[in-house]
Formats: sequence, C-alpha cells, structure tokens
Amino acid sequence: MGDVLWVFVSSMLVNNFTLIMFLGLCPFLGVSNKVDTGLRMGAANIFVLVLTSIAVSFLNKFVLVSAPYLRLISFIVVIASLVQIVEMAIKKLSPTLFRELGIYLPLITTNCAILGLAQFQTSRGYDFTEGLAFALGGGLGLMLALVLMASIREHLELADVPSVLKGVGFVLVLAGTLSLAFMGFAGLFSAS
Amino acid sequence: MKQVAATEDLLKGLWKENPVLVQTLGMCPTLAITNSVANGIAMGIATFFVLVGSSVLVSSLRKLIPNEVRITAYIVIIATFVTVADMVLQATVPVIHKQLGAFIALIVVNCIILARQEAFAAKNTVWRSFLDAVGMGFGFIIALMLMCSVREVLGSGTFLGHSVFGPNYEPWVIMVLPPGGFLTLGFMLLAIAAWTKRKAPKPLRARPHDVTTRISQKAVV
Repeated sequence: MGDVLWVFVSSMLVNNFTLIMFLGLCPFLGVSNKVDTGLRMGAANIFVLVLTSIAVSFLNKFVLVSAPYLRLISFIVVIASLVQIVEMAIKKLSPTLFRELGIYLPLITTNCAILGLAQFQTSRGYDFTEGLAFALGGGLGLMLALVLMASIREHLELADVPSVLKGVGFVLVLAGTLSLAFMGFAGLFSAS
Repeated sequence: MKQVAATEDLLKGLWKENPVLVQTLGMCPTLAITNSVANGIAMGIATFFVLVGSSVLVSSLRKLIPNEVRITAYIVIIATFVTVADMVLQATVPVIHKQLGAFIALIVVNCIILARQEAFAAKNTVWRSFLDAVGMGFGFIIALMLMCSVREVLGSGTFLGHSVFGPNYEPWVIMVLPPGGFLTLGFMLLAIAAWTKRKAPKPLRARPHDVTTRISQKAVV
C-alpha cells in the first residue's frame, strides 16, 4: 500500500510529468490559454492514461513476454486504437462532451505523456495497481500543470507586457519558474 | 531552376524553418535530454536517422498508402525505424542509451518527424523528401547542440566531459536540472523573437501571434 501511495504522489508532484520529466509539452504550450480548456484537456488525458496503463499491463503480461522487440510498435498501435475507441464511444454516448473536447481528443495519440507512461511503466516494472496509481498521479499532475499555466496566462492577458515577451519564449520562461517551484517537492519523501 | 529548388529544400531546415527554434516542434526531447553534450549528439543522430529513413520510405510509398489510414501507416513506419535506432544505440553506446532511457522510444511521438511526413514526404518525390529530411535533421541537431552547450558549460562547467573554466568554477547546478531546460530554451526563443522584430521594422501583426498560430497548426498535424 505504501508503495502505491508513493508512486501516486511521486508521479503527481515530485516527478511531475510536464514540469520535471518534460512529457506532454505540446498541449502544455498549445492549449494552456484558458483554465477551462486546460481542465478539459487534463481530464481527457487522465482518462486515456488510465486506459493505456491497463492495456500496457495486459500486453506486458501476456503478449510481449515472447516478443520484446515488438514493444514500441505494439504500444503505439494500442494507444492509437484506444484513443479511436474512446472517441467513438464519447461521440455515441455524449455528443455534447465530444463537441467540447473537439480536436484535442485524437491529438492525445501523439502526446508523449501517453507513450512515456507506457515506457516508464515497463522499464520500472510496475505491476497492475502501481501502474494505475502511476497513470492517475501522472494525469492529475499534468492537469495541475496545465491549470496553473493557464491561470497565469489568463492574468497575463490583462497585463501590459512588452510585445517581444508575448511568444512561446515567455511561456517557457514561466514554465521554468513553475518547474523550479515543483523542484521543491523533491525533498518530500527523503526525510522519512 | 531545379538546382535552386534542391538547395532550398536542403537549407530551409537549418535556419529559416528550423524545426525547434522557429517552428517550436519536438519540444520534449529538446528540453529533456540536453543536459549534456554527449546525450545531445546521440539523440540528434538517432532522430536524424529516423527522420531520413521514414521520409524516404514514406515518400516512396506515398502512392500506395490510402489516405484514410495514412497517419497510422506513418506511425508504424516511424516506430520501426525507432526500434532499429534503439537497438543499435543499446548495442554500441550502452551508457548513453541508459541515460536517454525512455526518450529514445519517444522519438516516435516527436512532432518533427510526423510533421515532415505529413507536410512534405507525402507529397514530394523521394529525392526532395530526402533533402528535406536531411536539412530538418541537421536543423534539429543544431538546436540540440546550442541547448546542450549552454546547459553543460554553465551547469557543470564542462564540455563533453572536459573542464572549461578550471577547478575554481562554481557550477550553476540549476542549468542541468529541469528548470534550466525551460529557461535556456525560453530565453533563446525570446532572443530570436527580439532579433526578428528588430530586423522587420514595421510588423503588421505582432510576431507572437504567428507563433501561437503555428502551435495550433502543429497540433492539428
């Protein structure tokens, strides 16, 4: 139990996917304009991350034992089809939600956070529950980073910033500052 | 005329359309593995290999791949090349392979590669796609080298493991840690933005706007 909790908190704060491990930067830079979209994107990501984690656990246990060289290809194919299935299911069950998520849903396929999760889960040898905790924590961490960034950027909209500082460069500098703050969590578990 | 087009294909990736510094694609590896020059070289070469290989293959198969499943086909082709690169690195430079870890596998989802297939290789001849991929690959290596040099020299006081400033230098540890990556690339992009702004005396629309549109375009790709 302690292990699972550790994996959860570690992937959410100490090793935050976006700010410390640099996974999933594309949505982080691309759709962090509004808190609302950030939240929705984060939720979609958590959903796909959890599903991927389950699928990867099964793949590792039953399929890839005999063919380890197919790992990468099978992961990416599974992720792509999972996203497709989720997209179709949401379209059928809740057209409103589908319209709200829009283009972000299919884009999750090429989000490095998802494949990164699959790779790290395998290389660290997490079992089923640890994998789930990893996915959930990582997803929540991603959402946290997105929402933090989006709220900063919403405030920046109202501020009088020199025009040179309005591009991606400044967003990266902001991210650096946030990342610096998240480094503070590194001592969270070392003391005990 | 034909000659001009070929050089243009090759050279545009180096600076004018540099994938990292101008198009802001492929951010994840650029930030994650640039804390030492050796890592940057390995990552750059691996990405270069995957980009050139999959561009040539995609453009030679471009008439055979049905439009509806093209993205899946591209991804499978790219993943195959990445698996090859992964195994070769593991066999030749195991230490660096271990440091890069999962990021070798993550070349599959590097936006630069998929973007080149979709935007260029799928529509052009094999030779032009090859030149384009070589140019873009070198552009990526240049950006990685810029990042790595700054981060390793400031962060550990070394270049490729050789001491630069002598024993009295107090390293800025923060530069090799994650925040250093964000800050270095951020300031680099700011400098480029300031430079282009200075060169163009009257920008009709602020440059940052272009950059954000480019991100959303990349997202669509």
